[in-house]
Amino acid sequence: MAKNWWKILSVLLLIYTLIAGFLMAVPRLVIVNETVRALYFHVPMWFGMVVMFLVSTIYAVKYLKTPTVKYDILSVEFANTGLVFGLLGIFTGMIWANYTWGSPWHGDPKQNAAAIALLVYLAYFVLRGSVDNQEQRSRLSAVYNIFAFAAMIPLIFIIPRMTSSMHPGNGGNPGFNTYDLDSRMRMVFYPAVVGWILLGIWIATLRIRMRKAEEQILEIEDYA
Amino acid sequence: MIATLFKKEFTLELRRKSVVSGLALYLFSTAFICYLTFNLRQNLVNPLVWSALFWITILFTAVNSVAKSFIGEKKGRDIYYYSIANPASIILSKILYNFLLCTLLSATGYILFVLFLGNPIHDQGVFATLVLLTSLGFASSLTLLSSIAAKANNSTILMAVLSFPVVISILLMAIKVTKNCIDGLGWDASWDEMLTLLSINCLVAAVSYLLFPYIWRS
Repeated sequence: MAKNWWKILSVLLLIYTLIAGFLMAVPRLVIVNETVRALYFHVPMWFGMVVMFLVSTIYAVKYLKTPTVKYDILSVEFANTGLVFGLLGIFTGMIWANYTWGSPWHGDPKQNAAAIALLVYLAYFVLRGSVDNQEQRSRLSAVYNIFAFAAMIPLIFIIPRMTSSMHPGNGGNPGFNTYDLDSRMRMVFYPAVVGWILLGIWIATLRIRMRKAEEQILEIEDYA
Repeated sequence: MIATLFKKEFTLELRRKSVVSGLALYLFSTAFICYLTFNLRQNLVNPLVWSALFWITILFTAVNSVAKSFIGEKKGRDIYYYSIANPASIILSKILYNFLLCTLLSATGYILFVLFLGNPIHDQGVFATLVLLTSLGFASSLTLLSSIAAKANNSTILMAVLSFPVVISILLMAIKVTKNCIDGLGWDASWDEMLTLLSINCLVAAVSYLLFPYIWRS
């Protein structure tokens, strides 16, 4: 119980996000209208994705320092979870764009950058698939992981800010700060971010336990 | 040490004349195909199409030419290099060599494009700087990726898959500056993009330099 408090916190925060996110009053804005509630579900996906990829990169660095199977599994599974968050971020964004911009894919710089960031991590899994030797696979993919994260930083943090975009918060469009004159939305948004990130970590730890159990089964089978 | 390795790359390249002429022919055929496909309607090649075609050609040529820096090496030769040199000087000499190669290829590509498709570039100076910076970016990112791809199966496909998403940020900057050069906006308009490009280059080169010893060891 003492160890699992953050899982309970995650569930409670997400229940709060769902109830308050759908029922609480939101500012009335032209075009955006009720879709402003996407803020509680779409934006935390990107926060989650960046956190998962960051953790994955940290474990990749740790793997290169001390090569153990444990760090490799941690690195892969956090990348996996990050990829799921990224896909969900793209899909929730497409639903939102469908109602506000008129079509799900609008070729917006932010959409393109997000798609490229996902391509980088898909390439990471292709790389893992095409190396047979386990130690070499872990080492090469750790190197690519760090390299990809370094290349992703300009892509999702710098370039979309340099180009004009229709995305809220860019190019004179109202962003979070202008939506929210009386801080009503912050009361839901920040708990939502924490809740989603904790859920992501929970999913990753489950996958890691599964992978470790699989490794142990393989070892026992090798003995028999 | 770096100078010796750099000289070795150069000598090896000049010895295998088929590779150099292969790359030149690759570039020529691509430019010629671009010319043929747009030949019928000369006004189809507006400046933006020109820049798109140019950068796609340069990207593919760069990926193919840098890929061979590790993929083409004979097995066992790397063990020999490992015994006589340290990894830092190997990666630096390769990056330096590939930088020269990319610059040369881009310059040749530019001449061919001017020949076949006309020259929409107004600021030659800015464009030349841009070509130098992108060549440096391509060289420093693709060299490391080539060494990763060389260790894996089906390395030529993997090279493309690994490198395209990574070099896109460099390419996006290049396309923006090219547009400024076409519009003749001068240095002031492209200053921000040039600085971003330079910092991406520094980032990528530093990461390559730090990570290469780990790939080398396996």
